[in-house]
Amino acid sequence: MASRRPSPYPYWFVLPAAVVFVTLFLVPTIASFWFSLTRWDLFAAEFIGWDNYRQFFKEPFLIQGLTNTLIYAVVTSGAKTVLGLMLAVLLTSGIWMQGFLRSVVFFPVLVSTIGVGITFAALMHPTRGVINLGLESIGIDGPAWLSDPALALYSVAMIDIWKGVGLATLIYIAGLAAISPEYYEASRIDGATRWQQFWRVTVPLVRPATVTVVTLSLIGGLRSFDIIWATTRGGPGFASDVLASVIYKQYQAGFYGLATAGNVILFLLIAVIILPLTYWFNKREVDL
Amino acid sequence: MKTLRHSAALAAAITLTSGMAQAEVTLNLLLDGNADTITMMEALTAAYTAANPDVTFEMENRPGGSEGDNMVKTRLATGEAGDIIQYNSGSLFQALRPADTLADLTDLPGQANVIDSFKPVVTAPDGTVRGVPFGAAMGGGVYYNRKLYEELGLSVPKTWDEFMANNAKIKEAGKVPVATTFGDTWTSQLFVLGDFFNVQAEVPTFADDYTANKAKYANTPAAARGFQYLEDVFKAGYMNEDFGVAKFEDGMRMVATGEAAHYPMLTFAMATVKQNTPDNINDLGYFALPGPTADKNGLTVWMPSALYIPAASANVDAAKDFLNFVASVEGCQAMIGAIGATGPYLIKDCALPADVPPSVADMLPYFQTEGATAPALEFLSPIKGPALEQITVEVGSGIRPAAEATALYDQDVEKQAKQLGLPNW
Repeated sequence: MASRRPSPYPYWFVLPAAVVFVTLFLVPTIASFWFSLTRWDLFAAEFIGWDNYRQFFKEPFLIQGLTNTLIYAVVTSGAKTVLGLMLAVLLTSGIWMQGFLRSVVFFPVLVSTIGVGITFAALMHPTRGVINLGLESIGIDGPAWLSDPALALYSVAMIDIWKGVGLATLIYIAGLAAISPEYYEASRIDGATRWQQFWRVTVPLVRPATVTVVTLSLIGGLRSFDIIWATTRGGPGFASDVLASVIYKQYQAGFYGLATAGNVILFLLIAVIILPLTYWFNKREVDL
Repeated sequence: MKTLRHSAALAAAITLTSGMAQAEVTLNLLLDGNADTITMMEALTAAYTAANPDVTFEMENRPGGSEGDNMVKTRLATGEAGDIIQYNSGSLFQALRPADTLADLTDLPGQANVIDSFKPVVTAPDGTVRGVPFGAAMGGGVYYNRKLYEELGLSVPKTWDEFMANNAKIKEAGKVPVATTFGDTWTSQLFVLGDFFNVQAEVPTFADDYTANKAKYANTPAAARGFQYLEDVFKAGYMNEDFGVAKFEDGMRMVATGEAAHYPMLTFAMATVKQNTPDNINDLGYFALPGPTADKNGLTVWMPSALYIPAASANVDAAKDFLNFVASVEGCQAMIGAIGATGPYLIKDCALPADVPPSVADMLPYFQTEGATAPALEFLSPIKGPALEQITVEVGSGIRPAAEATALYDQDVEKQAKQLGLPNW
């Protein structure tokens, strides 16, 4: 795309950054490719070719982990995008205590993920948790949110959405503020309803914010780990395992080479999903 | 300079008087952070410094479980593990590459006091002993509530069928038959791991054949039984309602207070009862996991952790002298004084106090009877599949039938064996 221009900076100027980049980023990246080809117990690494990759793809829970990763990423990213836009529209409509309400929505983003996970694990306790006690008081028998294998992944996704939607809202608020009021005025004169205004003016013009929200939350969902680990540890059994937790368990078991191979695969997977997506979004932006 | 010379002179004096070459030393200890570990170690160091005032100790607590495993390995690999580490014996010890990373303790005079059955679990592949035992041996069986047993007129089961018959009566009485705590996934393994006495009673060569890739869980009915037990208990509805999220401490509380009748657990859990529900300590009894026949029933035993000296320690001699004390009868008594008797110690002539809690008294006869104990599989074979606890949770939650689970676990075992680079795999 952009042709290379000669840098305006002399070499000595970029040298410190280059040293940091090489020692902290380039060397570890190359080293991780090397270690992914070895049987590594931290004391010594023995070269075993592609065996780790073969083993990783044979992992019985890899397919389930992969499916769960995709479900989790799509569900959380989709919900954060839709809810984020709705909340942003609400919080820019000039309602009562708007500034305070905006910070309320953003507050969960600032809280530690592990803390949120532990708190929700208590709230979602099947017999003593506040959620099920509340449901019980209105006559509903609440499910085992985090220990029912059919439900666990979605329960964690719900927590993730609650925690992350504030950031999406914030990005959308900025995106909405950038839309010139003249468009709304013009469409109103043309007789557009509020519904039409939302779909024909707001949604297309807030596209840059949508691109940012979708990309960020999708990457976040694909590599999500901490909240899953703090609530279910991938369980019950393997029901809420995602790629990152499958990899972490290899590391826990002391299979360092195998875990590194898993990380290389995760890196490639994210690249394969995100690169075409950003390309597609950027192209559409030009068409608009 | 003056103080240095002074302490050197002091050291020389000590050397002359007591035969120990020790100036003022600080020994760094890396511990697993359990309350019991800390209490025992405080008692040991206090007793030792009383006789050796020039030695001071600094204790550091690490996380437990696999996080702790990784931390110990990293510290050893980088030579920053301090002077003494407390860590598991058996297969986890072997994963530390003991011959390269730990000091040789074969010639430690105190080894003469250590019971022979402990030495293999801290012996490196080259045949040298690298550790001394820390704490009491543990049983892997079932805690039961004696009051509840008395109320319902039950007797201690010797076979699995008797156990299930008891469970039926307990459920009828409105109590939880088997406390189940999958919130701590490791607790789900007891029916499989604790059944190993019964496995080896039926197939004496299982451990060797399993290590040599000749025997599998899926094709050894005796070994597959533990998975089936878990499925039976789930299918019969014998678990507590919140079994999926309850934790280890919930399980101990339930069985101690009589909310539940049974809790399959290792006997180190006594410390938790003492801390959380001390009034109920005498309500607990203990029996080995029942098997197919009454005449072959016995207890599966877990060896305690051990103390090791990292090869990179700067104070190997001072650390050895301390471990020598730990391996003595006085050291053993210091540990018993600190936490009470939780099981038999691995030091010769280290007698337990006369009045022990009933659950400990229930366990001791197994140790005193020839052939009534067998070490757990992880002390006989380096291979333990890392996903066992997830698989047993699946079986115990009705997600996966036992027959499928054994085949899946065999796959997990194969992965571990390959990662260890064992022959025949």
